[in-house]
Amino acid sequence: MPNIASIPYFIPEIVLVVFAVVVILFDLASKKRGGEGAAYLALIGLVVAVIAAIVIGSEDRSLFLGMVRLDSFALFFKVIISVATAATVLFSIRSVELDPATKGEYYALLLAVTLGMYLMASSTHLLMIYLSLETVSLTSYILAGFLTHSPRSSEAAFKYITFGAVSSGTMLFGISLLFGMTGTGDIMLISSRLGEMFSQGNVYPLAVLLSITFILAGVGYKIASVPFHMWSPDVYEGAPIPITAFLSVASKAAGFALFIRLFYSGLQSADASVDWSLMLAVVSALTMTVGNLAALPQQNVKRLLAYSSISHGGFLLMGGVLLTSEGLQAILIYLIIYLFMNLGAFFVVILIANEVGSETIDGYRGLVSRAPLIAVSMAIFLFSLTGLPPLAGFAGKWILFAAVIKEQLYWLAIIGLLNSVVALYYYVRIVKAMFLETADDTESLSFSTGSLVLLLVFVVPTLLLGIYWNPLYELSRASLGKLMG
Amino acid sequence: MLSLMIFIPLLGMLVVLFAIRREQEELAKRVTFIVTLIPLLIAVFLFITYDRSASGHQFEENMMWIEAFNIRYHVGIDGLSVTLVLLTALLGPICVLASWKIEKGIKAYLALFLLLETGMIGFFCALDMFLFYVFFELTLLPMYFLIGIWGGPRREYAAIKFFLYTLFGSVLMLIAMIAVYLKSGTDDVARTFDIPTLIELAKTPGHALADPTFQIWAFLGFFIGFAVKVPIFPFHTWLPDAHVEAPTAISVILAGILLKMGTYGLVRVNFAMLPAGMDFFCNGEGTWGNSLAILGFINIVYGSLCALAQTDFKKLVAYSSIGHMGFVLIGLAARNESGLTGAILQMFNHGVISAMLFLLVGVVYDRAHHREINGFGGLGSKMPIYTGITTLAFMASLGLPGLSGFVGEALSLLGAYSKFKMLTILSTAGIVVGAAYFLWTLQRVFLGELNPKYEDIAEINGREIATLVPLGILTIVLGIWPSIAIDMFREAVSILPLVQ
Repeated sequence: MPNIASIPYFIPEIVLVVFAVVVILFDLASKKRGGEGAAYLALIGLVVAVIAAIVIGSEDRSLFLGMVRLDSFALFFKVIISVATAATVLFSIRSVELDPATKGEYYALLLAVTLGMYLMASSTHLLMIYLSLETVSLTSYILAGFLTHSPRSSEAAFKYITFGAVSSGTMLFGISLLFGMTGTGDIMLISSRLGEMFSQGNVYPLAVLLSITFILAGVGYKIASVPFHMWSPDVYEGAPIPITAFLSVASKAAGFALFIRLFYSGLQSADASVDWSLMLAVVSALTMTVGNLAALPQQNVKRLLAYSSISHGGFLLMGGVLLTSEGLQAILIYLIIYLFMNLGAFFVVILIANEVGSETIDGYRGLVSRAPLIAVSMAIFLFSLTGLPPLAGFAGKWILFAAVIKEQLYWLAIIGLLNSVVALYYYVRIVKAMFLETADDTESLSFSTGSLVLLLVFVVPTLLLGIYWNPLYELSRASLGKLMG
Repeated sequence: MLSLMIFIPLLGMLVVLFAIRREQEELAKRVTFIVTLIPLLIAVFLFITYDRSASGHQFEENMMWIEAFNIRYHVGIDGLSVTLVLLTALLGPICVLASWKIEKGIKAYLALFLLLETGMIGFFCALDMFLFYVFFELTLLPMYFLIGIWGGPRREYAAIKFFLYTLFGSVLMLIAMIAVYLKSGTDDVARTFDIPTLIELAKTPGHALADPTFQIWAFLGFFIGFAVKVPIFPFHTWLPDAHVEAPTAISVILAGILLKMGTYGLVRVNFAMLPAGMDFFCNGEGTWGNSLAILGFINIVYGSLCALAQTDFKKLVAYSSIGHMGFVLIGLAARNESGLTGAILQMFNHGVISAMLFLLVGVVYDRAHHREINGFGGLGSKMPIYTGITTLAFMASLGLPGLSGFVGEALSLLGAYSKFKMLTILSTAGIVVGAAYFLWTLQRVFLGELNPKYEDIAEINGREIATLVPLGILTIVLGIWPSIAIDMFREAVSILPLVQ
């Protein structure tokens, strides 16, 4: 579809841009800086964008001369990303870390990063893929370093930039190789040309493998897979907690959207010759193992959740190595569930950081007697992250492993499941502190009704989706649409 | 009917959590007691009305749950499960009574206990593999907290060890379960989790599920999952820790029900659904053919010898449980009617007897605040009723003819003798050792001169007697007239893949 005709289908993205600008202007104009007006404006922007995206629908359309694609897959990720961003906004309102004076820019940047993620979920051209990735990265660097008074936050931003620059540079090199070989940036065309070239034998498989590996550096960096995961614990620990939550969910989801589209629409035909799926299977096994083992000794809950988030990335990646629609469905379902349980866990971290002033496990001691509802909710999130029935995490784990075992990758399934036993150990350390140990300070904590309601927004799906998850399956199948051909 | 029995405790949990205020501790205890009586009444009703001449499942409920994977909410009971359901329902109110003295956070304790009861009853009723697994895992969480919060000095260690061991076993079981599901059909032929259907498919020659190699691997996956729970050597090390640290009522549940979940799983899944796998490990030939029987033998002898070496009363009972579960294993390995009948009977009897033993340990611990066997002496003169009941439980446990323990063990060994002569003969050593440690304990605790420290020790009280009497009556009745129990599962055993 040509450029001008594409614009009506691009309204959600335009809405985000408009609201980002409005948020800044509002912040400049408003007398009382640091109010919550900017936050609510950003929320309205997100809601309008999602509604627009849903109204426009998910009929397959190629926009802007093949740069961007509008389909049910993109819509799915747009909704997921928007929900995560909206949660981040609500968390940020409650966060005491953030400097009220700069909250205007903060929310504008959040909208900008959302725009980048929308594009990550819908790009179908190598150039657009790279640009969307960079949009997200650049804004994320600033958000991670937003605590200007905190050296850790600056360190986080610096590490993030360094790693980001290296990996996106590497990815760009891989993209140029792929472009050089196929003569096009359109991933659909790349797919068919690679297929032709392989069948005619006029391509070096090694060259393709090399370019795929380089591209993987960029994608792997976004989803924090081994060996491109080094940045994430430091960034997660240093960044403001709402941003950590945001990065661990939205950024990961967008990364997976990009990964699936690129590797399944673009490079699937190359798998027969260069077997990138095996390479990814090894990466996946390493990612979850490294993430879990590194999480074991952590004392800082944020850092612990950062490593756990790495290992969940490895889990998700399992679904991506199977080359089946079941595998991709499992990724989508797991992402929905992960959204609720992980954001919920981070929200508790924020509440505790605000009230107790501690991010270490010691700060959680005896929480059950100080704030029973919070402690029970946290236990639900953590056990769900472990994947114990009847919580939602189990449903996600179940669907994922069913897909893996169906492809008879037993070694991967066994590594994955043993990892979930390891995971239990470190999640339970927090539970143990909350329930089995006694606090030095026994004063009970009080939280605003708004916070508790928001907490329930995460608890309820974590419970219900574990008991009945058939709709998730239907939704994921519909969202996958024609992606698998 | 079954759903009512499964979910009444869950409902009770919500009532206890949300409808009762923190100060109303007495009320919470009474409500919980009444709530646990309901499943007991239903279980008794089931026991009476159960059609003993039919072999299939009764009181079935079958509904679609999750269409995408053809997961159904399918519950029902047959002869194998009805006795265990009754046992679970019986131990429910008994454990609530035994928990009456708990002071710390009684509301949360009772709520978790009720959740545990839902998991246990649900597990024994589930006829859908997925549901079965969910209930199996559902018992983990409450158990972790019950041991970890209300346990003894090393409770945190014991709780996490229990949790990790069981989860380790159950993830292997999960792989096997998914593999069985995937093999049960193809993309065109609907797959199923329905246990009765899977049992039929596994017997159909030519079906993918009937493939012996597949069955052997699936057997291993399930076996490790259940072996941790039973526990079978070398997966048993969590048990002494968990038992010693757990509060009395929870030890009763652990020994009485949770261990049975392992053996019940072995019968229901490994035995009934994977006959070719079972054959590979029990046919008495080749490298692997004796493995199950050998594990049973190790459990019996090793468990008994360890029990003999203990000076902690509770640890002694815990190790004796490991020994007694060995009889179940060796009876199963025999795969004949007598062995299997013995094994199933032993499951029930051990549930009753070990529950008694742990309750008795709890009684003396509440008074003396220690469990050191050598630290007592002569209690018989001060606590005659207590001594009498303990003697009954000891005798039942060591297999005195006329009491229930004897029947199960004798039938298991009788069945095993026709297949594994040498191992069976060696296993009887376990009975001798069992007699030794129980009699020796009896002597050290109750006979001899009264330890002056316990001049004023109080006799067992009415509440405690009330917890013990029903169990005591059962051991005597089942010892004299075991066919009330055996009749329940005779038909169910007869349709299992027995080998003569």
